[in-house]
Amino acid sequence: MWLFLLTEVMFFGGLFTVYMIYRNWYYPAFVAGSHQLSIPMGGLNSVLLITSSFTMALAVWFAEARKKSALVLCLILTFVLGVVFLGIKGLEYKEKFEKHHFPGTHYSLQSFINPASDPVAVAAGDKALPQDTAQRTELFFSLYFAMTGMHAMHMIVGMGILAFMIFRARAGAYTAGHTQFVEYFGYYWHFVDIVWIFLFPLLYLINRH
Amino acid sequence: MSSTIVSLPDQSTARIPKDNYLTRENGILSWLLTRDHKRIGILYLISMTFFFFIGGALAGLIRLELLTPQSDLMAADTYNKVFTMHGVIMIFFFLVPSVPGALGNFFLPMMIGAKDLALPKMNLASWYLYMAGGLLALWAMITGGVDTGWTFTTPLSTHYVNTNVITTGLAIFIAGFSSIFTGLNFIVTIHKMRAPGMTWFRMPLFVWANYAASILMVLGTPVLAIAIVLVALERTFGIGVFDPTKGGDPLLFQHLFWFYSHPAVYIMILPGMGVISEVISTFSRKRVFGYTAVAFSSVAIAVFGFFVWAHHMFIMGISNYAVLVFSLLTMLVAVPSAIKIFNWAFTLYKGSITFETPMLYAFGFMGLFTIGGMTGVFLGVSGTDIHLTETYFIVAHFHFVMVGGMLMAFLAGIHFWWPKMTGRMYPEKISQLAAVVTFIGFNLTFFPQFILGTLGMPRRYASYPPEFQILNVFSTAGATILGVGYLLPVLYLVWSLKYGKIAGNNPWQATGLEWQTQSPPLTENFATPPIMDHEAYDYEWLENQKEKEVASVR
Amino acid sequence: MSQISPVLWQFLVKWLTNFALFPPEASKIAPQMDALYFFIVLVSLIGLTIVVLLVASFSILYNKERHPNAVQIEGSTLLEATWTIIPLGLFLVMFVWGALIYFRVFTPPANAMNIYVVGKQWMWKAEHEGGQHEINSLHVPTGRAVQLTLISQDVFHSFSVPAFRVKREVIPGRYTTVWFEATVPGTYHLFCSQYCGTSHSQMIGDVVVMSPEDFKKWLASSTSGASLAQDGERLFASLSCAACHNTRQDARGPSLAGVYGSKLTLATGQAVTADDAYLREAILNPSQHITQGYAPIMPTYQGQVSEEGVIALVEYIKHLDSDYRVQQTTTTTDLLPESEGHAAPAGQQTVTQPPTTKGKVNP
Repeated sequence: MWLFLLTEVMFFGGLFTVYMIYRNWYYPAFVAGSHQLSIPMGGLNSVLLITSSFTMALAVWFAEARKKSALVLCLILTFVLGVVFLGIKGLEYKEKFEKHHFPGTHYSLQSFINPASDPVAVAAGDKALPQDTAQRTELFFSLYFAMTGMHAMHMIVGMGILAFMIFRARAGAYTAGHTQFVEYFGYYWHFVDIVWIFLFPLLYLINRH
Repeated sequence: MSSTIVSLPDQSTARIPKDNYLTRENGILSWLLTRDHKRIGILYLISMTFFFFIGGALAGLIRLELLTPQSDLMAADTYNKVFTMHGVIMIFFFLVPSVPGALGNFFLPMMIGAKDLALPKMNLASWYLYMAGGLLALWAMITGGVDTGWTFTTPLSTHYVNTNVITTGLAIFIAGFSSIFTGLNFIVTIHKMRAPGMTWFRMPLFVWANYAASILMVLGTPVLAIAIVLVALERTFGIGVFDPTKGGDPLLFQHLFWFYSHPAVYIMILPGMGVISEVISTFSRKRVFGYTAVAFSSVAIAVFGFFVWAHHMFIMGISNYAVLVFSLLTMLVAVPSAIKIFNWAFTLYKGSITFETPMLYAFGFMGLFTIGGMTGVFLGVSGTDIHLTETYFIVAHFHFVMVGGMLMAFLAGIHFWWPKMTGRMYPEKISQLAAVVTFIGFNLTFFPQFILGTLGMPRRYASYPPEFQILNVFSTAGATILGVGYLLPVLYLVWSLKYGKIAGNNPWQATGLEWQTQSPPLTENFATPPIMDHEAYDYEWLENQKEKEVASVR
Repeated sequence: MSQISPVLWQFLVKWLTNFALFPPEASKIAPQMDALYFFIVLVSLIGLTIVVLLVASFSILYNKERHPNAVQIEGSTLLEATWTIIPLGLFLVMFVWGALIYFRVFTPPANAMNIYVVGKQWMWKAEHEGGQHEINSLHVPTGRAVQLTLISQDVFHSFSVPAFRVKREVIPGRYTTVWFEATVPGTYHLFCSQYCGTSHSQMIGDVVVMSPEDFKKWLASSTSGASLAQDGERLFASLSCAACHNTRQDARGPSLAGVYGSKLTLATGQAVTADDAYLREAILNPSQHITQGYAPIMPTYQGQVSEEGVIALVEYIKHLDSDYRVQQTTTTTDLLPESEGHAAPAGQQTVTQPPTTKGKVNP
């Protein structure tokens, strides 16, 4: 599992490298883009995910302690927290779509060249950006969707495995001494959490005071 | 070549052992759902042979087109698709999985005294992923093809072609997972499942080579994955990461792509080098000269291999200082390969040498890989790279190392381990003939390409100035001979399944643990788990064993 | 090597060239690169010979019939050291030699004659400073350093002249440069050597090397009437750049007189040299390249100007050596039909001199 997580590090590492390069080149545009993200939602998501790592760790503990109902409860909690995380992410994505911040043919620069038209930009105190800098915000959002999208996909896969584990746990599969599966899945889940812990400040917290 | 070390049981009484991994279970499902690493190895072997011949047919089309200076055999777009698919299939669906998938899967556990790989189900998943990727790539080819070159250079691949880029990218992505899982499996197996007494420095060098390649597979492939994902996103949504008008940088793709694709070439060659170690040792009856040096050089190639990727980008506008650094590192990575060649040569010193087919392929490897490796130096030296890059010199260089090197090593391995895998010997005379035919055909095909490259003929050209024609004709003639050389083994190996001589446990009198069991092996490999109480390539130990060996087979 | 025996060298190269086994040497750097090339060939041949001799002789001496009992040898640290250090030493020599040549090829001399090349699917357009335009061909004189400034309109291409031993990737989004000095008159191959799509194999042409007199004649006969700088001036005027980039005290943009090659401080505090790449970026992505002291109001011209247009503008700015020239352009702007309707900013005095649209042609 550690080896597999190493491959995941290389995978996300590639994305993070791309992000860091472009952030270095186009800092003002990235600041403006980042201000469009909702810190309360992102922050809540971070809390949810960290809590889910806690419930997952508890689950491993209970598996080893052979306490079946506690194990199942913790797995269910982890799952639910994941669902809520994805739900909030979905809300964020929906908002981005509506404001035409999804990269592609419908991408709109309005919030950046005319911040007065956008209450979020006004609240962040953004100044108007010149056209060519404003165009670079599309790159920010591309990376935002790519990185959080990849992360969300990893979470969805994880939750599929969690659902499977809940069934098996109820049948007593992990409380008879064979805890390896739960333990290894725990590593995977913690990894997914750590990726988010890096994503959140990098994407949401650029130049916030 | 009248002397040989082949030692077969008495053919009038010998029989294939009744209980072996091939006969233990029957029916198609027992194959498709098998956990047995040996059956999975056979599955890989059959499927990669299939892909090899498709890739080979595409190569034939390329050489046919290049018989004449004009682009007259097929439309320009078709030619572009042909060379792209040739590259994609040969690299991702033949070379990368070849030795690890077919021979590594089969023999790694046996060589370290284990019953199977650490994760048998993951091994099967590996094969299915490989097949899924391969079939998807074929589907992409049939439904319109891809014409970006196997290197998917942006912005051509992201904005300027409307062929099946994403489908092919997805196929490679899936095959990449196959590669990662195989690498993971090998690493865990080597760390955790060695038999008692099997210390790291008693392992056969084939295992060391696969270990080094597995490190590369595990660490490098994900970066290719992200490069492909970004290309797909760029094509679908126009996200702009590689688009200069949106602030992106197409050179970034080059960095991401080559960060994997350079280690990939070492993934392809290292397992082949492992085979050569085994073959040279067996057919000169000697332990490999400088075992430790060869083992560490495999790891050194793996480590250094990660730091040289930008030597594919010397003229692309990277800074002069970056060129200095990468050129220097490339010189460093060339040294371990040289070390291996000399160690193998000196393994022959004071040995007792015979020239069975695997050894012929191994000698071919040594000569051709030396040439291929030295021509790599031409390209790693920044000054000469300016003139030679993106020409047929590069095409010749990589075919020398990959085909003259790796494919020869693969064939050496197949012939060497065929008796163990099937219980049968292949016919020696015709196989030696095939090896020689392949060697001649190969040189005729690819050596003229060095000259063409120096003359300046660019790669991926369907038409060329008329003064280049003679060399191209030689090259195509050689390709025909090479094709025959590759077809012959398929024919006689299949023939040998029914009519080949019975091989017995150890026809080559080799020292590896895999040779101390029956041929074909039992599903669980060893009737009793072996204990490794001798060094690797210990021919004196083997002499003692022979005295104790029972003469007849079950 | 060519110092060892020029005669032998000439003979070798000519012989190889005549048999179409080696490209002609037509530039100053070619023999230098070939010397390194033959050195590596020599080392490779020696290496290959050693390996083949070792394998062949051991195979004969120690074949089973002659030597039936193998002697188990562990290894030899001395030998390992030998065949590690010697190859490494040779490779390092090649590395240094090659690096010197590489730096030579990509460090143009200061007095090089500049030719711009735009690559696009699937043709080459070369633009001489005097306004001569060529498609799929490049005329150059002998005895003069020529620098090519290359850019692509679309995908990666690669400008390859085997006879000169130079090659450079041509990328979209930024300039790349390479230089050479041609030595032998003749016509040589020009190839695109980076796969660029359908007609990649057809993106070829001729490099025509001429004596200096012939070249002058060719220049005179191929001129389009206006130099590249003059084209640029016209473009500068029609895009109304002079509305901000003029010599007035309250000008909204810096005067561009003499800006080429000078050191600037940007609004971000960063110090840059105003070279070709900077000028191009300042036109296409101005908000990241605002000079200190000016407001970030320059609009981007991305999409409004082709790469040829940008080249013409850059050429114009390069030759803008005095405020007087700037004034001339400002006048040109006012008098151009395209700029009718763009009112001059208040306070600008109209100059009564007749506009001079003919500049000097600098070959």
